[in-house]
Amino acid sequence: MQRLQLLNNPMESLSEEIISTILDYLDSASSKSFSATSKSFHSLESRHRKTLKLLHPDSLPAALRRYRHIRRLDFTNCPSADDGVISAAAEAYSATLRSVDLSRSRLFTHAALSLLAAKCGGLVELDLSNATELRDAAAAAVAEARNLEKLWMGRCRLVSDIGIGCIAVGCKKLKLLSLKWCVRITDLGVGLLANKCTLLRALDLSYLPITDKGLSPVLQLKNLKELALVGCPGIDDDSLKHLKQASKSLEVLDVSYCSNVSCNGLASLINDTDSLHHLNIAYCFSVTSDLSKCFYKLSELQTIKLDGCHISLALMKSIADCCSSLKELSFFKCSGVGDEGLSCIARKHRLAEEAGHHMENCSMVSKEAFVFIGTRCQSLEDADFTETEINDEGLETISRCSKLKNLKLGLCLNVTDRGLSYVGSRCQNLTHLDLYRCMEITDIGISAIANGCPLLEMIDMAYCDKIGDTSLTALARCIHLKTLEIRGCSCLSSLGLSAVSMGCRQLAVLDIKKCYITDDGLISLAQNSQSLKQINISYCPVTDVGLVALASIRRLQNLTVLNVMQLTVDGLVAAILGCRGLMKLKLDTMYKSRIPEAFLSEIEGRGCNIQWRNKAVLRSQSAYKPQ
Amino acid sequence: MDPDEKLCAETWVKSSSGHESLNTDSNNRPFTDFDRHHPKWEESPFNGCGVRTLGQQFSGFEGSFASDVDSQRQKKDLHGKQIPEAHESGYMQNWDPSAMLNNLLFLEKKIHQLQDLVQLVVGRRGQAMNQADEILVQQQQLITADLTSIIVQLISTAGSLLPSLKNSESLASQLGQFGGIATQLAGVTDNVVPNKMEDRHDPTGVSEDHDGFKRDANLRMHMRGHGDEYKTPAALAKPHKESSSDPIFIKRYSCPYVGCKRNKDHKKFQPLKTILCVKNHYKRTHCDKNYTCSRCHTKKFSVIADLKTHEKHCGRDKWLCSCGTTFSRKDKLFGHIALFQGHTPAIPHEGAGAWPSDQGQSRSEATNKVEQLDFNSCQGLMEVERSGDDPSNYFSPLGFDTSSLAGFQEFPRPLFEDAESSFSFFLSGSGDYSPKNGRYAAPNDLE
Repeated sequence: MQRLQLLNNPMESLSEEIISTILDYLDSASSKSFSATSKSFHSLESRHRKTLKLLHPDSLPAALRRYRHIRRLDFTNCPSADDGVISAAAEAYSATLRSVDLSRSRLFTHAALSLLAAKCGGLVELDLSNATELRDAAAAAVAEARNLEKLWMGRCRLVSDIGIGCIAVGCKKLKLLSLKWCVRITDLGVGLLANKCTLLRALDLSYLPITDKGLSPVLQLKNLKELALVGCPGIDDDSLKHLKQASKSLEVLDVSYCSNVSCNGLASLINDTDSLHHLNIAYCFSVTSDLSKCFYKLSELQTIKLDGCHISLALMKSIADCCSSLKELSFFKCSGVGDEGLSCIARKHRLAEEAGHHMENCSMVSKEAFVFIGTRCQSLEDADFTETEINDEGLETISRCSKLKNLKLGLCLNVTDRGLSYVGSRCQNLTHLDLYRCMEITDIGISAIANGCPLLEMIDMAYCDKIGDTSLTALARCIHLKTLEIRGCSCLSSLGLSAVSMGCRQLAVLDIKKCYITDDGLISLAQNSQSLKQINISYCPVTDVGLVALASIRRLQNLTVLNVMQLTVDGLVAAILGCRGLMKLKLDTMYKSRIPEAFLSEIEGRGCNIQWRNKAVLRSQSAYKPQ
Repeated sequence: MDPDEKLCAETWVKSSSGHESLNTDSNNRPFTDFDRHHPKWEESPFNGCGVRTLGQQFSGFEGSFASDVDSQRQKKDLHGKQIPEAHESGYMQNWDPSAMLNNLLFLEKKIHQLQDLVQLVVGRRGQAMNQADEILVQQQQLITADLTSIIVQLISTAGSLLPSLKNSESLASQLGQFGGIATQLAGVTDNVVPNKMEDRHDPTGVSEDHDGFKRDANLRMHMRGHGDEYKTPAALAKPHKESSSDPIFIKRYSCPYVGCKRNKDHKKFQPLKTILCVKNHYKRTHCDKNYTCSRCHTKKFSVIADLKTHEKHCGRDKWLCSCGTTFSRKDKLFGHIALFQGHTPAIPHEGAGAWPSDQGQSRSEATNKVEQLDFNSCQGLMEVERSGDDPSNYFSPLGFDTSSLAGFQEFPRPLFEDAESSFSFFLSGSGDYSPKNGRYAAPNDLE
């Protein structure tokens, strides 16, 4: 006993400030175990905690009692949070609350928002994304939060100009605003916003029906640094000419999918904007080689995304020559990318700190080009070679980029175990690996990856049907694994899944469609993988037992159950009832008539969105896919 | 004397005599008769130029030919004005000093007349001490009118004399001065010189060409036919700024209310363009707003047309500001909010936005009905207004006509629109509306 006290003493001698500074450096799991150590640590941790991520509304009262200084409330794991829950939290943390995330909640109304705005005067951040039911009344309630600086309203489709006008007048301190997909907001609302919120630094106007008229006041904003105009068909070259008048501060510009933007507009823009760091002109189909002249002006440019554009050799050369500080270059589905252009880029950017290459669907790129990239771009972090001719030799040179984090090799049929073992032996920092339909891969390659890349978070092995349980057992060593896609790997069984579920406790997304996984696998999942959010068990030979066990995972939000033959209606209903946090459910149409209407409406009232899929349709779709 | 010159002199004498007789008469004529000058006055140029079509005025072939030559010469004089230096020597040969002398003599005569008139004015002013103010004013008006007419005649005669552009310019500036006097006079007396005068006098000063053109551009198009030299871009270009000094009698009106911006004594005087503008301006700004909207009962108007315009969209203003102002258009609301600090768009309540359509329709019918009944009383009201503010100073007889015409124009539209339904409604709806609108609708008419 004395020794234990002695051990405790050094901690007790530390002041609370020092301990809380120490706690700042701990991740969530460590602070959890810290709080479980002793009563004093428990209370210390309770006082220190600033962020509350609710899992279920029922746990709110206990959390409110325990934690007193919450600054950030995150409801993303608790989609069923309704007005009552939000207003209770707002009452409790009225003095401290700074940030609220409601991006996955759909059940709250403007009443909760107005209470939140009234009680929490210090509210600075608010995420209302995906609140598709919110109307102008809710926007008016938000406008009462005078100190709001960051507001996300993506997909608030029913908020109109009137609502955004209220926000513009009320929230003068706004610095960041995302209005993506708020399709009812027009030039008038955007114009007023620019007129009133002069402190705006980042603005996302993607997919809004705006034209020059709305954009020109936005471009007068003195502090604007980031502007996203993705998919705005009303924006054309003339609008970009306005841009040059007042865009000295602009650093990030995204005009991808703006079908009416052509080369001329971009040229006029580039001529006058010297502060631009990130430029995304993906899928602006009319971009041509004239653009190459403009890049001389943009020596500061760090990111260029040219996805889906036709790129000439001249353009590649000018990019290589002019953009000395380039860090990321994206050529998704670019038709004109060839060996010579790539070699230009690779030669010039040897010294660039980090360079990303996205080259999905670049059919003109030969095997030798990858060797070139590998030898020249030693600092490559992000490489996307989806559907290219890359082979083991290319992978060998690519694997020399020891900083590689993200490697996409989907549909690269020439990649075999040998290439993967190169990657596994050298790329220790790899976190994301995509091997979709790399048919030649077997257990040997996956084991090499699992051994060599301990930081792996995501692996996609869909339709690699040569891999077996040995791979999964090896992957169980990657304790950070969060996403596992093993769709259509017919050799896998419950044994492998059990191993993964025991090793990878953070597993959140799992796709086991068309795998031979039985109830045993699901039961071990339910026991071990409490973090699971999303699962697809279509075409698996599971029964009611497995499904009900699965339903005990409290975080489960997204469930797809299609074509599971041995499932009964009772089992399905029981599982759905048990899964309180379910937000998205895909079911066969055949169940629709068998499940009582009242039950369905009850489930939908909880905030769950049920999508019905017809088997026949599904079969005709799957006919397109090569087996 | 050449036949040309003889004829020319004859025409001048003819025209001048015509004027003389008129002028002598006009001294004692009433004010309104002044209009009669114009037809005759305008004839004079046609005597010279219009001969090609109106040959019967001259008996023989010789005469018509001579007049042709004459007119051509006169035209060439005009040409000389427009392109002075280059062709001067050529045109100087055609220029006849004896004809000029005749014209000068005529002018001298005119100037004497003018002197006499001014002396008359001076004499009358001496007598005026004993007379009543009204008579003095009347006489002054007559004298100024006569003066103006003589001056105009002088100008027109002199215009045909001048051979070069420089002279015409100086003339134009003189004319401008006279014009300034004329408008000044009109402003001082707050009265109206008859409108016809300014209409007839063409602003381009084309009387020299003996052809009238309403627009400057038309003159230039016409001049192209006179020779290649008028087809150059410089000749076809718009003459710059000369029009400002032309003797255009642009009449502007002043509001009788002292201190109003539309009053002539105001520092930043903004004149009103027509007499109708004066009427509506006076009603809107200086009269009580007697017409209340029967639908919202808040908006008031003093001009009935404004009320009607308002009622067309009353209740349809769905765009509401937090300050209570309503707008029929969203962009107007947003402009308002952008302008004022602290104003926010107000969220409209569902269902309360618009009037039920049938009710709104019936109400508008009701108001139309009331207006129809109201028409006579309204006119009476206008008259009362006039007598009260001594309107004879502000509204000319002509102005009165137009205003009463406008009064008619305001009303017939609803009459036709609701011709079928108005009667049936009149019976059902009159009960509702008689108390509200009793102020300006006679109860007898409704019951």
